[in-house]
Amino acid sequence: MRLWLPTLLRLVALVLLVAFIVEPQWFEPIFKPLTENNAPAIYNQGSLLSLTVQHLQIVALATLAAIVVAVALAILVTRPFGAEFLPLSRSLVNIGQTFPPVAVLALAVPAVGFGEKPTLIALFLYGLLPIFENSLTGLTTLPQPVVEAARGVGMTGWQRLMKVELPLALPVILAGVRLSVVISLATATIGSTVAAKTLGEVIIAGLFSNNLAFVLQGGLIVAVLAVLIHDALSALERFAARRTGRAV
Amino acid sequence: MIEIENLTKRYADTAVVDNVSLTIEPRTVAAIVGTSGSGKTTLLRMINRLVEPTSGIVKLDGVDNRALPGHELRRSIGYAIQGHGLFPHRTVAENIATVPALLGWDKARISARVDELLTLFQLDPADFGPRYPHELSGGQQQRVGVARALAAEPNVLLMDEPFGALDPIIRAKAQEDLLAIQKRFGTTIILVTHDMEEAIHLGDKIAVMDAGKLVQYAAPAEILARPATEFVETLIGTGERPFKLLSLEAVSEAVEPGRAQGEAIPATATQRDALAELLWSGRQALPVKGEDGADLGKVTVKGLVKRAARPA
Repeated sequence: MRLWLPTLLRLVALVLLVAFIVEPQWFEPIFKPLTENNAPAIYNQGSLLSLTVQHLQIVALATLAAIVVAVALAILVTRPFGAEFLPLSRSLVNIGQTFPPVAVLALAVPAVGFGEKPTLIALFLYGLLPIFENSLTGLTTLPQPVVEAARGVGMTGWQRLMKVELPLALPVILAGVRLSVVISLATATIGSTVAAKTLGEVIIAGLFSNNLAFVLQGGLIVAVLAVLIHDALSALERFAARRTGRAV
Repeated sequence: MIEIENLTKRYADTAVVDNVSLTIEPRTVAAIVGTSGSGKTTLLRMINRLVEPTSGIVKLDGVDNRALPGHELRRSIGYAIQGHGLFPHRTVAENIATVPALLGWDKARISARVDELLTLFQLDPADFGPRYPHELSGGQQQRVGVARALAAEPNVLLMDEPFGALDPIIRAKAQEDLLAIQKRFGTTIILVTHDMEEAIHLGDKIAVMDAGKLVQYAAPAEILARPATEFVETLIGTGERPFKLLSLEAVSEAVEPGRAQGEAIPATATQRDALAELLWSGRQALPVKGEDGADLGKVTVKGLVKRAARPA
């Protein structure tokens, strides 16, 4: 009973989410009480489906770029020849995190113009830190006898990385990716202030027209997306951890 | 044959291994004994170049071990460590297959070799092959670790405290297995241990290291009879000396003609076991039986006491 309940709840959430995105009119009675002066209860300035897809696209693209750069950087600074760059890379990545996303947007717009590009830059910079930190942790806390054995059996540096170090660090790296994705899902809404097509549009439209129903719709979709994607990535992480022989 | 010539390893100003030279005969077991920080592990790791020496040469069958790139050299030398170092994300079969796979053996040959080794170490290939290391007991993990080290049929096997993590009963069994396998394959084994008892039991020769220096390199009987320094004496433990000396030889060497009463002791048991049995049962003599159960004679307290005395 306890085991299938969470799965059932997630399934219900997913079904409701898909239904809402595809046929928002069905839910009009629920949101009607939140509006005043006969304002529309359901977002009517574009398709929720296409906004959701674009929102996810931006997050996916930014996260993918962040994974490539952060993991590559972590690999580099954990090699003997790259160890000198560890403090430097740490502070660089930390700086990316200290900039408020709004400030990054404000600075990026004059450079690359309005639209998706400044949002991608902000999300990319924001996604770097958790992935980089976790990749570093994963690659530097490998069980010592295993690393020693990998050298002892005659693996080259590349073989050790690909066959032993990365597979064993994978669960920890994935945890960083999960963190980064959830942050990006939320942060992407701010991108709509610089004309990126994300679910932020719905929230901003609601704020401008004093329409609580719009704000709630945009917020709910992002929140449910974040919860579902977080859970899916957690499951992936547990699978990877089992593969590395750690009992979870 | 392994020739170590004037090998030195310095970290900053300290010499961890200081000008060590020794020769290990093929198909023998050499035990390197010392306290922690004596440089014994560093010495071992310079043989397969996990550590590069500051100066000196290691020759394997006459060839300088720097003739090949380090990783290729290590594929030709077995290496087993304390805590086994098995890859937790690979099955037992995949772990054992590591070096053959790196060497590019074909699948059929690899799987035949894996099955052979598992069987040799008394692990059923069908049952244990697909398991992950964390599904094994400590003793089983250790056996798989040694099987992996032996997978590519190396002439030389380096072992760093391989039995350190095992309880005494499993450890004794693992030591017997190792000796049996060494006889079967004729592997040259270099084993690092801090346990003089283990060194005496396993080693054809024992190298005693102290503060980076080789203080004595000799057969166990020689080490027991004539320890080169006080440090070696301390390692042996003076109170244990006569018993360790007796533990080197089998009962068959001490058999005297005549008959004795009571339960017999097998001729393959050590003389220490025989003395222990004599003292414990309060008898003066024990009958000795051969492997076929034949009566070979007797061992006596008097005879054993004579053998336990310091050799001239």
